Amino acid sequence: MDFNQNYFEIFQLPVAFDLDVDELATRYRQLQASVHPDKFASATEHEKRLSLQWATQINGAYDTLRSDLARAIYLLELNDVHIEENPQLAPDFLMAQIELREQLDEIGEADVLDGSDGSLAKLETFKKEVNQHLGDYRSEFAAAYPDDVPVAQMAVYKLQFLGTLRASADKLEEKLLDY
Amino acid sequence: MALLQITEPGKAQDPHQRKRAAGIDLGTTNSLIASVRGGVTETLPDEAGEHLLPSVVRFTEGGTVVGLVAMQAAKEDPLNTIVSVKRMMGRGVEDIKGLGERLPYEFVSTEGGMVKLKTDAGEVSPVEVSAEILKTLVARGSETLAGNLDGVVITVPAYFDDAQRQATRDAARIAGLQVLRLLNEPTAAAVAYGLDTGHEGLVAVYDLGGGTFDISLLRLHTGVFEVVATGGDSALGGDDFDHRIAEWIIRESGYKDEVNPRQLRTLMMQARGIKEALSDADSTEVNVSVDGLEFSGQLTRTQMNELIADLVQQSIKACARSLRDAGDSVSKDSVSKDSFSKESVQNVVLVGGSTRVPAVRQAVTEFFGVEPLSDIDPDRVVAIGAAVQANILVGNKPEDEMLLLDVLPLSLGLETVGGLAEKVIQRNTAIPIARSQEFTTYKDGQTAMLIHVVQGERELVSDCRSLARFELRGIPPMVAGAARIEVNFQVDADGLLSVSAREATTGVNASVEVKPSYGLSEAEITDMLKASFDHAKDDIVARSLTEARVDATRVIEALQNALTEDGERLLQASDIELLQQAISVLQEVSETTDADAINEGVEMLGKASEEFAALRMDAAVRKAFAGHKLDELEESN
Repeated sequence: MDFNQNYFEIFQLPVAFDLDVDELATRYRQLQASVHPDKFASATEHEKRLSLQWATQINGAYDTLRSDLARAIYLLELNDVHIEENPQLAPDFLMAQIELREQLDEIGEADVLDGSDGSLAKLETFKKEVNQHLGDYRSEFAAAYPDDVPVAQMAVYKLQFLGTLRASADKLEEKLLDY
Repeated sequence: MALLQITEPGKAQDPHQRKRAAGIDLGTTNSLIASVRGGVTETLPDEAGEHLLPSVVRFTEGGTVVGLVAMQAAKEDPLNTIVSVKRMMGRGVEDIKGLGERLPYEFVSTEGGMVKLKTDAGEVSPVEVSAEILKTLVARGSETLAGNLDGVVITVPAYFDDAQRQATRDAARIAGLQVLRLLNEPTAAAVAYGLDTGHEGLVAVYDLGGGTFDISLLRLHTGVFEVVATGGDSALGGDDFDHRIAEWIIRESGYKDEVNPRQLRTLMMQARGIKEALSDADSTEVNVSVDGLEFSGQLTRTQMNELIADLVQQSIKACARSLRDAGDSVSKDSVSKDSFSKESVQNVVLVGGSTRVPAVRQAVTEFFGVEPLSDIDPDRVVAIGAAVQANILVGNKPEDEMLLLDVLPLSLGLETVGGLAEKVIQRNTAIPIARSQEFTTYKDGQTAMLIHVVQGERELVSDCRSLARFELRGIPPMVAGAARIEVNFQVDADGLLSVSAREATTGVNASVEVKPSYGLSEAEITDMLKASFDHAKDDIVARSLTEARVDATRVIEALQNALTEDGERLLQASDIELLQQAISVLQEVSETTDADAINEGVEMLGKASEEFAALRMDAAVRKAFAGHKLDELEESN
């Protein structure tokens, strides 16, 4: 077996952004069912080592492919395009980001003043908007890749921004729900 | 032509091939051993018919005793009688002081960081104490199963960090056990109920012990059992219920002075009795009289429920949080991420004695909307599940398709500038897993680097568990920032971490020196192994010979089984012949008394069969995809 296969090849799936997540999960389980260390608990040391290596590789591949963002970044890497830490983004995109961030902060602050019920409803609406954006950028990537890599790369940066924003929204929600 | 073997229906083909396997629940208060016998999985009792072994060890000059006898001596000889050792596993002196309860022992800090306890029999580490408990259980197992155990599965709490898991593994090694797997307790409980063969969907395991609460969510899908989230509260348990009842008695009695330890002990014992009585009855008499604290009255179940309501609610909140985590880990899809709803939980399993409290059952039933499973004794369910898994892993059920996929319980990270922890592997990631992180040098010609590995969810290193410090040496001298040191973290299927490093531009391997923050060094373990044979020096030689032979037998059997299964399919006749010869050689060496030669033989046979092993792995992977159509495969190329 070849450890240099790319993640798509491991699951024998076409190298593409659009992917059937259920099919990926099924193949993941089929693969683990044949290579997982539990299947080799009484085997020779060498088999145990191979099994550990394979199960590790498969888990890593699955983790990458099942997430939209990680899959997008991985596809760019396959094209030798790497993600920068401080990318240049369009000023109007950044302005919109600042506004969204302020909205979220306001929802959090309002909670201190008038209880969490109203805030939760507002947060719900806010998250819908964020998800909408995420969906848009996801489509942007899907449309651009692999023909227009620079646009695809830009879409990844946008997905990163919105992903961080949604993580903050989730955190606030947990706080409001008092988890 | 080979003759057909005819066996009795329902019997194993060759009775000698059936392996002795056991599951061990190494608990804080009690420990158990269980095994599958004649198709039935049950916990094994001692000679007196007791299944639970109190996790108590007493060390005296005259020798070591474990269990009930040791527990009975706890009052008169508290310094030498170690209880609740599980809470000290993989911990330092500072951690133990932070446990919030006064322990009577004399602690000694060691170089390795892990605590040691001073006893009349000398200093002992928690690892050795646990090893004594394991030895007692294993002796029970070997006696009941009439022979040495071929392998065991030991359970650990899902929240156990790397140091605690490593300590458990070390204890097993000192006890001379072949550990097939460390299994998370909730997973074991789910396996005990056979949920791996049941309906597809989510399973919640609600585990409320004396001092800790654990909630785990597992997902069953096409025969694969996946732990999707674990959570809980390490400072919430049935003992807190007792506290609330004791406080109520103090309030009702009108006693104003400070409560002395004797009074508190009596109250706690009474409270426990009241709690247990109210599991069946609607109300119970309360009569307390200790050192001037007097009370006589009634406590109803409704009243008790009120006293503990917020504690129960606290556990339910942790359940809700875990459901969120489960949603995160299952649908990582960044667009349509949806958390699991309570309705997606199809089965709830109760573990731990404190789940006998009706208010707990009711709250769990209300929250998840399903009647929880409680047919199996909640004190034994974990050991039983471990036994089921041990029986499969040891190879007694080759046709079994069950697979458990476990996750990393706590994030692994590295210390970065300013004492911040940077996460390298997020919690709830499926294991085994490996991740690499790149570092660079900050000085010209720098050849060494110190890396601090921590575990936990908090942002500050000081709030996380320190696991180990690694010193990377042998970095080729370069200008500052030019070296690219790739540090690779590998977590195995037991959740244990190992680290390796290489310089990426030159490909030079940097050596990694591991200094576990709260662990035992290889030398310390060897010393402990020797110490356990203090009274009979010859035993060391005898034991290493026995171990070498066991190893040889294991490797030969594994290879023979592999040859029977796949030999003709994957190998040339001449290759099979060579492997058979190699087996014969090892078999001959095993008859001698030279342990080193046997070990060498084992290694040589391993080498000889490497290629065959690789071929088998390939075949296994091909088989996994055998159901897919060829055009799908071509599409991917």
